[in-house]
Amino acid sequence: MLSRRKRIGAAGVAVLVTAVSGCAGWGGGAGGGGEDSINVLMVNNPQMVDLQKLTADNFTKQTGIKVNFTVLPENDVRDKISQEFSSQAGQYDVASVSNFEIPIYAKSKWIAPLSDYIGQDASFDQDDVLKPMTQSMTAEDGKIYGEPFYGESSFLMYRKDVLAAKGVTMPAKPTWQQVADIAAKVDNAQPGMRGICLRGQPGWGQLFAPLTTVVNTFGGTWFTQDWQAKVDAPEFTEATKFYVDLVRAHGEAGAPQAGFTECLNNTIQSNVAMWYDATSAAGSLEAPNSPVKGKMGYAPAPVVKTDSSGWLYAWAWGIQEASKKKDNAWKFISWASGKDYEKLVGEKVGWSNVPAGKRASTYEIPEYVKEAAAFAEPTKSAIENADPTDPGVQPRPAPGIQFVDIPEFPDLGTQVSQDVSSAIAGRMSVDEALKRGQELADDVAERYRSRQAK
Amino acid sequence: MSSSITMVKGHQRRGGGWALSGLAWIVGILFVLPVLWMLLTSFHSEEDAAKNPPDVAAPLTLDGYRAFFDTGPWPSILNSLTASILSTVLVLLLAFPAAYALSIRPVKKWTDVLFFFLSTKMLPVVAGLLPIYLFAQSVHFLDNIWLLIILYTSMNLPIAVWMLRSFLSEVPVEILEAASVDGASLTRTLRSVVAPVVTPGIASAALICFIFSWNELLFARVLTGTVAQTAPVFLTGFVTSQGLFLAKVCAASIVVSLPVLIAGFAAQDKLVQGLSLGAVK
Amino acid sequence: MSVDAKPDTAVKPARRAAPPGSQGTMLRKTGDWARRGPLLPALVFMIIVTQLPFVVTIVVSFMDWNAYYPDERGFAGIDNFRRVLTDANTRHAIWVTIVLTAGVVLISLVLGLLIALLLDRKFRGRGAVRTMMITPFLVVPVAAALLWKHALYNPTYGLFNGVLKWLFGENAPQPDWISNQPLWSIIFALVWQWTPFMMLILLAGLQSRPLDVIEAAGIDGANQWEIFRYMTLPHLRQYLELSALLGSIYVVQNFDAVFTITSGGLGTANLPYTIYQTFYTAHDYGRASAAGVIVVIGTIVIATLALRSVSTLFREETGR
Repeated sequence: MLSRRKRIGAAGVAVLVTAVSGCAGWGGGAGGGGEDSINVLMVNNPQMVDLQKLTADNFTKQTGIKVNFTVLPENDVRDKISQEFSSQAGQYDVASVSNFEIPIYAKSKWIAPLSDYIGQDASFDQDDVLKPMTQSMTAEDGKIYGEPFYGESSFLMYRKDVLAAKGVTMPAKPTWQQVADIAAKVDNAQPGMRGICLRGQPGWGQLFAPLTTVVNTFGGTWFTQDWQAKVDAPEFTEATKFYVDLVRAHGEAGAPQAGFTECLNNTIQSNVAMWYDATSAAGSLEAPNSPVKGKMGYAPAPVVKTDSSGWLYAWAWGIQEASKKKDNAWKFISWASGKDYEKLVGEKVGWSNVPAGKRASTYEIPEYVKEAAAFAEPTKSAIENADPTDPGVQPRPAPGIQFVDIPEFPDLGTQVSQDVSSAIAGRMSVDEALKRGQELADDVAERYRSRQAK
Repeated sequence: MSSSITMVKGHQRRGGGWALSGLAWIVGILFVLPVLWMLLTSFHSEEDAAKNPPDVAAPLTLDGYRAFFDTGPWPSILNSLTASILSTVLVLLLAFPAAYALSIRPVKKWTDVLFFFLSTKMLPVVAGLLPIYLFAQSVHFLDNIWLLIILYTSMNLPIAVWMLRSFLSEVPVEILEAASVDGASLTRTLRSVVAPVVTPGIASAALICFIFSWNELLFARVLTGTVAQTAPVFLTGFVTSQGLFLAKVCAASIVVSLPVLIAGFAAQDKLVQGLSLGAVK
Repeated sequence: MSVDAKPDTAVKPARRAAPPGSQGTMLRKTGDWARRGPLLPALVFMIIVTQLPFVVTIVVSFMDWNAYYPDERGFAGIDNFRRVLTDANTRHAIWVTIVLTAGVVLISLVLGLLIALLLDRKFRGRGAVRTMMITPFLVVPVAAALLWKHALYNPTYGLFNGVLKWLFGENAPQPDWISNQPLWSIIFALVWQWTPFMMLILLAGLQSRPLDVIEAAGIDGANQWEIFRYMTLPHLRQYLELSALLGSIYVVQNFDAVFTITSGGLGTANLPYTIYQTFYTAHDYGRASAAGVIVVIGTIVIATLALRSVSTLFREETGR
């Protein structure tokens, strides 16, 4: 019968494919691979991609531990990491979490404390790690729960040549008003060049990263210490209006969609004269084939009422509590965040690709300092001046500079950022956006108040 | 009268002529243009790909493809092939008898059954993810290609049942009954009568199932890890928020879409037949 | 359709080739089960794989379950439903889903029909044009969404603005397509992918018209428009309904395009995206499940009304 013939044929195909796929996808349970392999889930930033390339020939050869990577874009990987860790699925041993997740996951006991491993690992040298980094990864019980892979703060990057041509000097410690004035002066200094690039893309880690630091230094805050939401307060409103007006007046084209990558592109292609963003951008701007190499100046993050305003962020490694291979996982972390790895990257890939911003010793490697001369010192001092426990003018109920370290913040920040992004696009007023934001924030704050009352 | 009818063959219409043909060509080219652009960009360097105005004549390079193949795509592609082919086979094995039971020897209330099948496609997939994830986790079935195969089968079964039912209802039942009484010629009847009607149905249902399984992203992203990752998930890994990626993503998109493109082009006619006779006679 | 409807009683015994004079009820029962038999594997499979998770979803929708606060898990009654229904975001998501689905399906349908009419004629390279037309449907949807977002719409290096600069020089307008018209950007990208699908179905419908009748009408003096309106369209009705039905089923569930192109921002969050966000960003499993249940109920209500009353698709031959 025809269908029987088809079925035999199909069964034959199935057998063939089954045999072939002995190599593929028959995992199940806690991931595939042998006894000595670990699974790592990480974001696909360039530093991680380099890590993926270097692991087999270096780490696996030295230790015999095979590493299986899953690499995803930031939004996707955050969702997957939170799902994985919240259910303790045990699929992955190590994940690239940030200093945002670490305190939260530590409190929920989703990641394992590393203090014992650190104590026994002589070569790791925790003291070499920059203090704010270590502090942001220490939970309330005093134990360290993560190790940074690379860290960043924020600063102001500007085209020295463009400013000089217009007779403008950047102050050593600029204020936001000064920056706005400079942006106005250098707007259209070259054909098609806008004054400044600021992120406008919706996302708690996109638009609200720089915007929250602006809010902090204008004297505003998301929540007061007794959990009152202050999103539509005068300081927050003033800061947001300043940011939105600056972007609309002298900012890049396509601002409501512009995230880190778009602003990086704009700066490299000389479409903007200034850019306030992560210190990690400098590595790409000063890369050998960058058209703006050598032309950029670096100033501290602009301030108003505070002494410093750079943010603090690190992509770090955490070990899942449900992992059964914690020892191997620590070996991997110790290697990836160790001093030798940085030298390895410098030699094999390039000194501007070194995952910096976490160790003081990095800034003493001669080749690195030579390569990163323009931005090494500003980066290091930006990180060292960041204080996640006291970033603004008033006490905070939870740590964090450019975020509030509570689990509800990604959802809250993203929703409010969508409205602020609409304001940048001119589709909504800032007051309306912040009014909605206040309702959402108050919703969150109410739960915390009731918990505090208990 | 009859001679003037038979004179006009096929689907020829007089008049319009050049203009309409030209319009058809323009429309075709407009629709395929984005894909051609993707193909061209995949052969440019990252910096050239990000230029405005676009540099069509930029030097061609295999950098994008090299970057793609350097990251070891073969396990993901193999997983996608496995999941798509096996789920298609499973779908056909289940759908064929079901379609038979809804057309040649229909059960009572077959419209209700058909409606039930279709209604399963109205459940928002996203909402069903959590129970499936928790269940898979508890039986250690996460990151296993068989989980995807089962889910893809359930995803495509309703459409396959619908399509096959339509094809099977074309089968002239009297001949089938006459043959069933006279058992000797049953196989021959099936081969000569049923096969021609049903083969295109099976082929087109298989093609549609393969396409939809290959393209599926949400289940694959949530339920797989390092071992069972499929090609579309692998593709998303190239979109980074730091640095240029356009050429790499275009190269990756072309390679990942290639099996479906090839299958679709090769079986165009089956695609047309299948989609049209989905529920219509 | 060449099979005449025969009265049941006359047909059944012949089909089963049963010995004459058998008891009616007994054999009818066996007959019924013999008919149901082949259906059971598929039916059971679908019930297990789709209905069981749905039952769990219903159960979870009555719970207060947030992954970040495992100590606070408990029964929540209808609290989740209340919050979902009063949440402005959910209402907006429903609206977005309706606009998105209706927009994509209607536009692709009309475009698909026009193009099918164009392709219904024989001309040189018709096969090539058809191949070109179906290509968008064969590109992996997430790859297509990435293509539109980064290679076409991007205001800095996308093709659209690049072409504008070609045509109008350095001072050409460089609109930010996605920011200015977020929902339409998504609709456009989806229409590009779904028009081939509609076109193929309608083309097959056109090519299955009884030509002799049409030619006869033409010879009898009917003009193109009248032929189209009174003969072609009614014949195409079932094909149109089928395309609309299948298209709606898939576009309502669309997640990849919204996630990729706008990340649900700028007011484009449709229901699947909102539910996803509630699950994975807010980790509020109870509320997300409640939203899922509401969506299912709503869709089934609409589908039942639409399909059973309006559509001719289910009014096939009965009594076979």
